[in-house]
Parts: sequence; C-alpha cells; structure tokens
Amino acid sequence: MRYLPLNQSDRAKMQDVIGINSIDDLFADVPKNALNPAFDLPRQQSEMAVERALGEMAGKNISGGQGPFFVGAGAYRHHVPATVDHIIQRSEFLTSYTPYQPEIAQGTLQYLFEFQTQVAALTGMDVANASMYDGSTACAEAALMARRVTRKNRVVISGGLHPHYASVTRCNSELIGDKVVLAPANIKGDEDLIAMIDDQTSCVIVQNPDVFGHIRDLTPIAEAAHEKGALLIAVFTEVVSLGALQSPGAMGADIVVGEGQSIGNSLNFGGPYVGLFATRQKYIRHMPGRLCGQTKDADGQRGFVLTLSTREQHIRRDKATSNICTNSGLCALAFSIHMSLLGEKGLRTMATLSHEAACDAADALSALSGVVLLNDNFFNEFTLRLPKNAEQVAEDLAGKGVLGGVPGGRLWPEQEDLHNLLLVAATEMTSTEHIRKFVAALREVL
Amino acid sequence: MSMKPQGRPTAPIGTDPVKNGPTHTGNKALQIEEKLIFEIGDFRGTGVDFAQAKGLPPRLGGLARKDEIGLPGLSEPQAMRHYVRLSQKNYAIDMGPFPLGSCTMKHNPRLNEKMARLPGFADIHPLQPVSTVQGALELIDMLALWLKELTGMPAVAMSPKAGAHGELCGMMAIKAALVARGEADTRRRVLAPESSHGTNPATAAQCGFTVDDIPADKTGRVDIKAFKAMLGPDVAAIMVTNPNTGGLFERDIRQMADLVHEAGGYFYCDGANLNAIMGKVKPGDLGIDAMHINLHKTFSTPHGGGGPGAGPTVLSEALAAYAPVPYVVAKGKEFELVEKRSQGAETSFGRMTAFHGQMGMFVRALSFMMSHGIDGLKQAAEDAVLNANYVLTRLKAEMSPAFPGFCMHEALFDDAFLKDSGVETIDFAKAMIDEGYHPMTMYFPLIVHGAMLIEPTESESKEELDQFCDALLALAREAKTGKTDKFKAAPVFAPRRRLDETAAARKPVLRWVSPAQ
Amino acid sequence: MTTRYTKDHEWVSLEGDVVSIGITKHAAEQLGDVVFVELPDGGKSFAQGDDMAVVESVKAASDVYAPISGEIIETNQTIVDDPAKVNEDPEGAGWFVKIKISKPEEFEALMDEAAYKDFIA
Repeated sequence: MRYLPLNQSDRAKMQDVIGINSIDDLFADVPKNALNPAFDLPRQQSEMAVERALGEMAGKNISGGQGPFFVGAGAYRHHVPATVDHIIQRSEFLTSYTPYQPEIAQGTLQYLFEFQTQVAALTGMDVANASMYDGSTACAEAALMARRVTRKNRVVISGGLHPHYASVTRCNSELIGDKVVLAPANIKGDEDLIAMIDDQTSCVIVQNPDVFGHIRDLTPIAEAAHEKGALLIAVFTEVVSLGALQSPGAMGADIVVGEGQSIGNSLNFGGPYVGLFATRQKYIRHMPGRLCGQTKDADGQRGFVLTLSTREQHIRRDKATSNICTNSGLCALAFSIHMSLLGEKGLRTMATLSHEAACDAADALSALSGVVLLNDNFFNEFTLRLPKNAEQVAEDLAGKGVLGGVPGGRLWPEQEDLHNLLLVAATEMTSTEHIRKFVAALREVL
Repeated sequence: MSMKPQGRPTAPIGTDPVKNGPTHTGNKALQIEEKLIFEIGDFRGTGVDFAQAKGLPPRLGGLARKDEIGLPGLSEPQAMRHYVRLSQKNYAIDMGPFPLGSCTMKHNPRLNEKMARLPGFADIHPLQPVSTVQGALELIDMLALWLKELTGMPAVAMSPKAGAHGELCGMMAIKAALVARGEADTRRRVLAPESSHGTNPATAAQCGFTVDDIPADKTGRVDIKAFKAMLGPDVAAIMVTNPNTGGLFERDIRQMADLVHEAGGYFYCDGANLNAIMGKVKPGDLGIDAMHINLHKTFSTPHGGGGPGAGPTVLSEALAAYAPVPYVVAKGKEFELVEKRSQGAETSFGRMTAFHGQMGMFVRALSFMMSHGIDGLKQAAEDAVLNANYVLTRLKAEMSPAFPGFCMHEALFDDAFLKDSGVETIDFAKAMIDEGYHPMTMYFPLIVHGAMLIEPTESESKEELDQFCDALLALAREAKTGKTDKFKAAPVFAPRRRLDETAAARKPVLRWVSPAQ
Repeated sequence: MTTRYTKDHEWVSLEGDVVSIGITKHAAEQLGDVVFVELPDGGKSFAQGDDMAVVESVKAASDVYAPISGEIIETNQTIVDDPAKVNEDPEGAGWFVKIKISKPEEFEALMDEAAYKDFIA
C-alpha cells in the first residue's frame, strides 16, 4: 500500500522490541468476538484506478464552467486568481495543525490575524474571529451569543433571512430553550420587524441584501433593537456585497455574520466554506470560535498566539461559549489571499461588475412576457416571478445547458405560493453572451 | 602549473554565529521576517485586473458604501512572497512527525487534492437541479456506504461540518428521540469521563443537558462501578471516547452500552480515535447509538492549519429517524436528495448547515478509502497501533508511561520522569521544537499530571520513529541531569521564541490598527 | 476587623456588617497570571455558594463563589482594568467585592487563618 512506509521486516522487528508475537496481542482489550469482523468493502486500488472511478462520477455532473450560470442563494461563482490555490496547497499550510505551538506556527497565526483585520474592516466592526464552518452556522452561533450577552431568550428572525440559515438557527436556539419567532417569507422586503421586538428579545436577525435580493436599511432596526436591549445580528450570504454597500457596522449592527465563500473559495457543492463572524470590542469574551492576538516573544519580537482560549471548549468544557473546535483555517487563508490581492480597489470593481451584470440580466429577463422582476433594488441577485413552477423551469433550462437560478420550491418546499419564484444571481464571471443565452432558453421553456 | 585563481573560498571557515550577533535585517538565511499585508500593501492598489465597468447607474436603493474599507491590494509577486515567507514559519506533516495525540496527523495524499479539484466536484452549486449533480450524490452515497459498513451502523448523517458539529448532530438526535418518548424534561443528565475531550461537555451543554464526570479507574479506563452508580432515570446519554483519550481501549464498553440502555439512556461514542480500530472493530458491534467520524483525522482530509474538517455521524436504528436534512437516498440508479419533511423526513430534527456538508472533504476521504481498500485501512490501523506501542516501549527507558500495559494508537506519559529536574512538560515540549519536531499533545487528558500524549500514526517509517525516540530519550536524560536552563529557554532556533500569552490575554490586540489612528 | 477563609480559597474580612472578599495568596499562585476578572453588578444579592465572579488565567477559568450571603455594595474596578493586581496583592489591593451580609452566622462558620493554613498544607 503506497501510503504505508512499514514493510514486513520492519513490523517483525518492532513486534520483537515490543515483545509480542502477533499484532492482535495489542488488541487484547477488544472483546474477542468483535475483533476482525468481515467487511463487505473492496480491496486497495492504484492511484490510476481511483482517479478513473472518481473522474467518472465527477463527469456525471454539470459544472459551472460548462455554460451560462446564474445560481446563487448563498453560494456564488466568482473568479479566483490562480495564486490562491497554489498557495493554499503549500505543505506548510495544507498539512499543518491548529496553531497550538505558536513558535512553529507563526505562518498560520499571522494570516489569521490578517484575516481577522480584513473581516473587521469589511463588516465595519471592531473585531472578527478566525472563522466559523460557514455562514449558516455562524448565524446560529450569533443567536446563542446574543442570549449570553443579553440574558434574554427570544430570537426574532426576519422573513428575508435565507430559509436554510433560519432553520439552522432555529434548530440550535430551540435546543437550548430559546423561543424563536420567525417572520413569514417576505417577498417585497417591507416587513415590520420593529413591531416584533419586545423586552424579552435577545436579538433580531436580518439579512442584507435579503434572500430575495432587496437591500435593507438596517439603521432603524438597530435603533429599535437597542431601545429594547436586544442586539442586531446582520447577516450576508454574499460577502462581495460589502464592497458596494454600506457596512453593517455603520448601520448599527452588534454582531455581523456571513458566508465568505465568494472570496477565494470554489462552490464545492456546498462545502467547505468559511463563516465570517465579527462584533464589537465590548463583546469579545462572549464570542465563539478561535481568536488570534498579537503579542511579543521572549526576545521582544512581535508574534501571534491564539488567545482568550478560556472561552473555548478545551478549557471551559460545559461552560464554553461554543463547542466549536475546528474552524475553516484553509478556507480562511484562501479568503485572505484573494482579498489581499483584490484590496479595496479590486473588491469594489468586482462588486460593481457583479452588480452591472445583474442589472443587465434583470432587464433582459424581465422583458420576457409573463416574467416579473420583484425588486426595486438589488446587488447581484434578484427575484423573478414566472408564469409557472420554477422548479420545472430550472430543470428545463438545465436541459438546454443553462443553470438558471434557484427555484422557490427548493428553498421553501412547504410554501406553494413561492414556487413560481426564481432567484437569479450574476457575478463578474457573467458575460453578455451568457445573459443572451439565458434569455433565449427561458423564452423557449416558458 | 598555471595559476588560475578561484576568486572565492570554497570551504566553510568556522566562526561562532552567536558571537557575531543577530543579522542586520533580522532575517536568518531562509527565515525571512515578514510584515503584515497592511504594512506592505498599497491601500489604493490591486493585484487583480478586471474588465472596465460600464458605469451603469447603481440600483442599490441609496445604500451604496460611502466610507473607505481600508484594505490594501498586493501585486501578485508581493502576495506570493508574503505567503511563501509566512509558510516557512510553519511546521507541517510533510516536513516531519507531527505526534499530536488525539489529532491523528497522518500523511495527506495529493491524489485526494487532485480529485477534489475536478470541476465536476469543485465547480458545482449546492442548489443546482438534482438531475445535474447525480455524480455528486452518487459520491456522497458511496462514502456513506463505506462509513456505515466500516462502523457496522445502519445510518449516517453526512452534513455535520466538523467533529464537534457531528457530536452536536448525535446529541440533537438523542434529544429528539427523548422528546418523541416524552422524556426530554426528565432525562437532563449526560455522563462523560473526566478524560473526555472538552467538546463533549460543551456539546451536551449546548443541547441543554447538565454534565457529570465519570471517574477513571487505576488503569485509566472508565470506573465501571462508579459509572453504574451514576446511572438512573434522569440520564439521557453517556458520551465516551473509544479508544479513550489515554490511548486505551475501554474493555467494558459492551457492559457500559448494556447498562445505559437498561437505564433508558443512549450511548454517544466520540469517534475521534477511530484510526486505531478501523477495519479491526465495528463500533456498531459494541452497542453504540451515535458516533461522529472526523474525516480530517482518520481519512486524512488535510487539517489545513485548523480546518476545514468534516464530521459525518453514524446513527443506530433507534436514532436514524431523527437524522438531519438534507440527505441522499439511492432510488435504483438515480439519487434523490431529501430536503423537505414530505419526502419521508417527517421526524428529522431539522437542519445543521445551509447545504449538504463538506463535499470537498467527502471527495478526499473517499479517494483515501478507495486507495487503501478495506485491507489497507486495516493495515493502517494495525501500523498506527504498532507504531504507538513501539514508541511506548522505546521511551519507557527514560520516560514514565501514565498507565501500565500496551496502548492503542497513542502513548500517554506523565511528568513523573521530570520530577525534581525543574523541567516541566511545557519545557520538554519546547525543547523538542529545537530538535526539529512538533511537540506531542501536552497537558491533555486532564486526569494525568503534566500529560504528554504521543500519536505517531501509520505514516511514520521505522527509521523516522527511531530518530524521534532517540531525540526524546536524549532530551529526557538531559533534563534529568539538571540542564534546566536549556529547557526553560527553548525554543531558540524556531522563528519565534516563547510568546507572552499573558500579555496577549490581558490586553487583547485582535486586529491591525493603522498607526495614524 | 476579622478575616476568615473558605475551602474555595477566598478570604472574607468583616467590618461592621460589611465584608470585603478576595481570593487567597495561595489561590492566586495556583492560578498563575490572572488575565481577566468579571465582577457582579452592585446591588445584586447572592446566597452563600452562588457563582458570583469569574477569574481567568491564560489556561484556566474559575468561578468565584459567594462565600457568604448578602448584597453587593461595592466592586473593585481596578482589578477589572488591571487584572495583574490580583497576583500582586491578592489579599489587599486585589480585593473583589464588598458585601453587606444578611446572615452573620455564616461568617462565624468559616475557617480562621490557622485552620486555612492547615487546609492548604
């Protein structure tokens, strides 16, 4: 087996040193009738054979690069510079561990410090952690943190929050005994969240742009929440939007969470992604997840360490702020490299190009008869109402080589009034030709 | 002879580097000091070229960003150097042994990386029409089959994003089962050994359970008498790692399973140490109800400096009905994605993450499993256990094992061998850094004083292990001879000396701030 | 002024019906460098044994229990701003809170200095 360095002669010598006759002498504590059972699994294969088998499976999927692509709703297809993937495959990043020994992990620690600074700047917050699993779990963790900060237990969720984020958050908050109030899906972006906040409310969770693409002014919601002693949790699923829109911090958010996949990371069929989590300085001891901090070494040189670990499970055990252990280190690195290349200038251009592509697509698609654009404003994703079930339309479009968006039935399976909706996303990768092909295909399948 | 001057000396001339002092740059040959991106980058620059924007009027609802973000853009060569220099300050499994106990740092085959980057896996969207991702669903289903067969369990939830997330999944399923039985309010206690991973009590608390520690017996295993006495009608579940965090197999595991089941509770098994028994034992044969599998440990999807991981969680018949959505079901040659309750998921406890789990990690793990085959996985487990016992046997000469007898995949030592030397576990670990090794896990598990937990994995050759043991034996002898100062000063050859964690925690600096501010 | 001690390594000094409370020198040494202290709000009441404050070093977080029942009348913000004070002078400037006691008999039941010295010996 190509991955195992020991040969039979090594094994025999080592058994002699240990003083055993058979390897199973080392498994003596295992109940006898449970040792060495039969398995119905194949035997080892060559690299070539594995490559062939997995390649066949991959070949059965339609990948984003094969044609016009307009799918979003929480994951976006942006261009990632070749440098990013090269760097994250370096052995010293790919095959290192969580930086528990900071003297020989300054590479990881420094990029985490840079990552935290980038995320804090983007969100308009004081501090960010070293990443979460993804946007949805970051959102759930934010609600739990608001419970700790406010010592209240009523979670108010906007009807514009991605329904999967709402489900994850609800699942986690109800588990610990919080009451979760979920506003109905809000197609127009005009819900009255403020009326839902009361004295028992720990947090209000609002996505911007919301899942339908509407851009929301969070300022009045923040003010109303603060008046009642609740926190505003601002959520984004498209981090590139922060290059074009007012930051959540500037609009008064207390915790900002979101999905960072768009920067540096591929679609990967849903994971691994990178959850971003930022908040105000005064709440840092209530934060979940790893934090990297600056300090000095014994020679007085600047260096970085994991810090405030007493919040974490390995020390605090049942009193930890979260059970999170692993984060998304390598995805955070990919994010940070891509963002370092972009800089503010590049990010703003990327955001503008994505927005313009969406504007073009929205105009061209809504010109079709029977197709209605629901948005007055949007960033790079908008919602169309189609004259028929959008799930069938998406399938038919795929048959014509166009991945044309996310149908409402996929996100709100139990709500039939939303099943004619189609969420359409564009990025800087979207060309005029893609839009033309999408329009032509949609005209044919409607 | 004709004289042809060489122009330069070609053999080294010995001088004392210490006497010469530090370099002018602070650099040490291949070790280059590197500033932060915020100190080298141009805040008006960018390293990415785009097409020109058209200049369309924005439709952003009057909420366009007005303030500056404050992010530097590095040109490509600057960025490349920055990250390459940073990388050279990291230790990695590709450089040498990474014997972190409980972490399973094994070789990461590059075939797995190549497979995960096939566009058919990397460039597909989680919400594409199901008909366009049949190959991806097939892969998830196949990996699920491997995991179920390896563990002897009937069901597996694939979506948990990491080990701790898998624990949460298992405990959520247990909670849902208790709710269905009408016992959620009466069964509020979870029992976990004192030696458990911190994630166990943290997870239980996150599910609203209280946690009680089960004491260990003299052999480092669960004290079965004490355990029996703790069981009762208020116990929801036990959370036990097997092999445990001391590297020992819990010989009474079946009895524990029977006892907790008789008491009406469930058995959560922490699968962090599956590497010791894959292909040797089916945990399902031991009576467990749920167990997460760390794909990044056992199946070598890389640790990546702290993630991403993946934590599929196998479930017993008693818990399978509560598994989270979404999941994949094979219908003949087609694969269906169950995302809604009406698709037969009426009793599902809900959703753990936005999408389908860590697809990128699934591809890598399956690539690893298919490469090994069942024969290779079994051999890997045996080699991992053999390597750990070889290290245990050799190091016994100078170091003090925490418990008598053989171990499984990791060897646990206490600090008794350092008694009266003035050298503590942390000093010993830091001295290993100067010898070119990543230290073992230290001060864990908590039940052993000054614990040092060594997990060599199957990836180490005998030659590498011998060098490693020679180095540790030499250090142990040196510590005992009173060279305390050397240990206290270590590391001296690493990119940084010991860092001041107290200062970092007292006045946290968690981001760069412009000196102008 | 009389000082008593608890098994949880807190000291309690009584003056009139008010006690000052802190952690003992022994506890401060065992904890190592204190990096963070969280104190309760003034006016809050505690029963003996309730979680009252938190003290953290880099590697450990410990709850500080109310050694005696009563109401918080003063907290020491100096140790919140500069946790090192707890290590420098645990039984003086590093005090945590002052409590107006409601059950004086609880004080009498605590250990005196000699008993505490035996306890930690």
